[in-house]
Amino acid sequence: MNGAEFVPLSLTPLLIGCLAAVACALPGNFLILRRQALIGDAISHVVLPGIVVAFLLTGTISATAMMFGAATAALIAVAMIEGIRRFGHIEPGAAMGVVFTTMFAGGVLILELSDTSGVHLDVEHALYGNLESLIWLDAIGWGSLLDAQALKGLPPELFRITVVVALIGILLALFWRPLAISTFDEGFAASLGLPVTVISLGLVIASALAAVAAFDAVGSIIVIAMFICPPAAARLMTNRLGAQIAWSVAFALLSAILGYVLAGYGPLWIGGTNAVSAAGMIATVSGVILAITAFAGPERRSVN
Amino acid sequence: MLQIANAENVRAEAQFLRESPFAIRGLTVSYDQKPAVFSVDATFQPGKMTAIVGPNGAGKSTLIKAALGIIKPLSGQVTIMGRPVAAEMHRIAYVPQRASVDWDFPVRVIDVVLMGLFRKTGLLGRLSGADRKHAMSCLNRVGMTDFASRQIGQLSGGQQQRVFLARALAQDADLYLLDEPFAGVDAATEKAIIAVLKSLRAEGRTVVAVHHDLSTVPDYFDNVLLLNVRKIAEGPVETAFTDANLSATYGGRLATARIDPAAVAG
Amino acid sequence: MLFEALFFQLGYNATLVTFGATLLGVAAGVTGSFLFFRKRALVSDAISHATLPGVALAFIVMVALGFDGRSLPGLLIGSAISAAAGLFAVQWLASRTRLTEDAAIGAVLSVFFGFGIVLLTVIQTMSSGRQAGLESFLLGSTAGMLYADAILIAAGGALALLLVAIFRRPMMMVSFDPEFARASGINLDRTDLIMMGLVMGVTVIGLKIVGLILIVALLIIPPVAARFWSDRADRVVLIAGVLGGLAAWIGASASAVAPNLPTGPIIVLTAFALFAISMLFAPARGLLISAVNHRKFQRGVHIRQGLVSLAQGQPIYEPLTIRLLRTEGLARADGVPTENGIARASRVLRDEKRWETARADPALEMAAARYDGLMQIEDVLTSDQIAELDARIGGPKGLPA
Repeated sequence: MNGAEFVPLSLTPLLIGCLAAVACALPGNFLILRRQALIGDAISHVVLPGIVVAFLLTGTISATAMMFGAATAALIAVAMIEGIRRFGHIEPGAAMGVVFTTMFAGGVLILELSDTSGVHLDVEHALYGNLESLIWLDAIGWGSLLDAQALKGLPPELFRITVVVALIGILLALFWRPLAISTFDEGFAASLGLPVTVISLGLVIASALAAVAAFDAVGSIIVIAMFICPPAAARLMTNRLGAQIAWSVAFALLSAILGYVLAGYGPLWIGGTNAVSAAGMIATVSGVILAITAFAGPERRSVN
Repeated sequence: MLQIANAENVRAEAQFLRESPFAIRGLTVSYDQKPAVFSVDATFQPGKMTAIVGPNGAGKSTLIKAALGIIKPLSGQVTIMGRPVAAEMHRIAYVPQRASVDWDFPVRVIDVVLMGLFRKTGLLGRLSGADRKHAMSCLNRVGMTDFASRQIGQLSGGQQQRVFLARALAQDADLYLLDEPFAGVDAATEKAIIAVLKSLRAEGRTVVAVHHDLSTVPDYFDNVLLLNVRKIAEGPVETAFTDANLSATYGGRLATARIDPAAVAG
Repeated sequence: MLFEALFFQLGYNATLVTFGATLLGVAAGVTGSFLFFRKRALVSDAISHATLPGVALAFIVMVALGFDGRSLPGLLIGSAISAAAGLFAVQWLASRTRLTEDAAIGAVLSVFFGFGIVLLTVIQTMSSGRQAGLESFLLGSTAGMLYADAILIAAGGALALLLVAIFRRPMMMVSFDPEFARASGINLDRTDLIMMGLVMGVTVIGLKIVGLILIVALLIIPPVAARFWSDRADRVVLIAGVLGGLAAWIGASASAVAPNLPTGPIIVLTAFALFAISMLFAPARGLLISAVNHRKFQRGVHIRQGLVSLAQGQPIYEPLTIRLLRTEGLARADGVPTENGIARASRVLRDEKRWETARADPALEMAAARYDGLMQIEDVLTSDQIAELDARIGGPKGLPA
């Protein structure tokens, strides 16, 4: 692979795609185990209004503002869902459906009504991201990795997603036990003195941060694929929690790499000219991996 | 003359509470304005095994969960040795109903038992060799050492219940609260579990269990609490587990076991 | 302008579109109710997102065969096929693997959508400009809708409503009590299939106006809002239809006034506004009423418990109870009961004793079960029955000294 082409045009999108996939897959493992996979669906939808409102309030698209906006939107969504569920006695799926569709609709409307022409925030981008555009033009080849000047030109999204992945990894290592215990048996966990509600909220917030960091790469709808497909496939491969996490990371990376390559080079291989959506392809590949494990994974059957 | 809480009866009550490893006063829990548990007072005796019995929907599980603070009661106070329960949770080992757990969860038998050591290790504390030995000995007490590496979904109902009990044993608590520990288990498991509970009692610990099988109450338990949303009666089996109390609890529909206190005592 | 739009004054096309949207809204509200009762609301999210590859493939196929790629009937057929495939995939994953239904829904939703996006970009490269119409299927648009399309949508909505009317009995029974329905001879799987088919139909019809991302809102929000107005399933279905139609009518009219804004979000926000009003203020189960009732109930229970303790000479610990007894004039500041308090306490004790005696009598079981923590026995039993209870209790005893 020619370094002069690969490094400036493909390296950073590939890295960002990989990190985004992993950032979502990690908390996704627990969302699935808690039967809260659709909270991932909800979070991916409410990230949009969170970012849009943060942008409008601060006038910039600074990373911290976006993170803050997304986390706040996630918390508001969860609070509203809980409120509707508890006080309205509505089942959780319907409560989620009410809240996240409304918030998403609100976000889209605000986006359309406000002037965001100066910023790369438009509805299409919000839905399926723009991974291919996160390039590193300051690079000229593999040597640029050691060139401090060129490194300054790295896309800021790369730093964001790296920080978020690192943070989620650390939090996961730190709170492994409470997470595992409260996911397995919430009543017992409460009797041990574990703050089960806080743990639940913490997971949601971590997911929201992963979603917003991945947003730039793959947009909100594909984030759901990253939350669910690699961990679901991993679930069908093993009976050990640690191994499941490892498999989910492996599948996430595979989806990102294979997806990006197929999107960029696939059409060329079959005689076409232009690339297709990398985000869409990553989601598709993750789905294919899930389908394969659903047919052939060693632990795919339910025990009861 | 009628009085509320004068100095003397408050002191007597406080003393009474201090001697009890588990006492409930005025506990009311309601869902949607229907009471699930209403104004229950109960005082459990130390070093005894107490059964909580009542018909379906009588609020037995709710009582335990509300006492532990897992669900929020409308009113009531719960004390452990006279102190508020929230501060004494480390003295309690709670064994929830088996059905409330996802048995497909990717975890092995030994991992479940090690969860019982969480208070000791905290977030990041390493599990020492002694800890693992302790966990294995708890598994040994319930006869499940051979299953230590199995995934929990592969176990039968009785085996799962034993693992739950082993987890509780690992917590080394003064008070054991079990929710229907004998539901859906085979006869061998039932014998194993009751043997463990009796050994706990021999060690001076207190055992309280929601129990569904009236015919075994006199054999297994010292005291009984009859509950149907409100407390009907509590006390030693000989005096509290009577036909009259049972029909008051179950509404006269109890056509099965006729408990003859004389036969029980004799 | 909005006023004219609402009352069909804006011209033939706009009128037709608004009318079609309203029919769609009613159909969606009604169909979604059954999903809601079956607790499968979010399956519609998977179905709607799964339409995208079908739409794209239909476009490609039609262009390849020489037709106009944007022909609505063709696109809708394609969407129906891939939606059906998506639904099948959800069922398959949930039943044949250890994955739960929510994970299956999320997986199908995102993967089908992702694949659809890939196809959209393929179309983009095929001949730019020709696909411009397809992206409007994401969020909905009434701008520039063809007369024929509007007819199709209106007809589709009407057909869906007709089918609901035909199949309403089995669907209602299955939603409410599947076991009883089966015992009555209803085929559960076939009814579920019909229900899902209707959902798919409504989704497909709604693609153009509301868009696939938000059609699920029109299927979920009206039934949830309707729930607050009634406890009866058949009423909920009707009210959901009304609310759905209302939201679509207002939303489509507003959208006609602002043609460059996507229609879907406007309709959804209108639906949410109706939901918020319902949840807060509906008389049957609205929050305001519930909160008021809850407070009253809590206070009543505390006072009653306090009086029982008073009557039995037991100490009262709860500060709320003591405070309420004082405000009601039943006890003094130092905790000693007033005359009024003593009288009330003895009455409550007698009531409690009667309830206790009633519970032990199998003949009075039904009545005894109605006790909710506050009820007086005089409201439930006749004075003859109460007199008999009193005879068993043995007359008023003196209160403990």
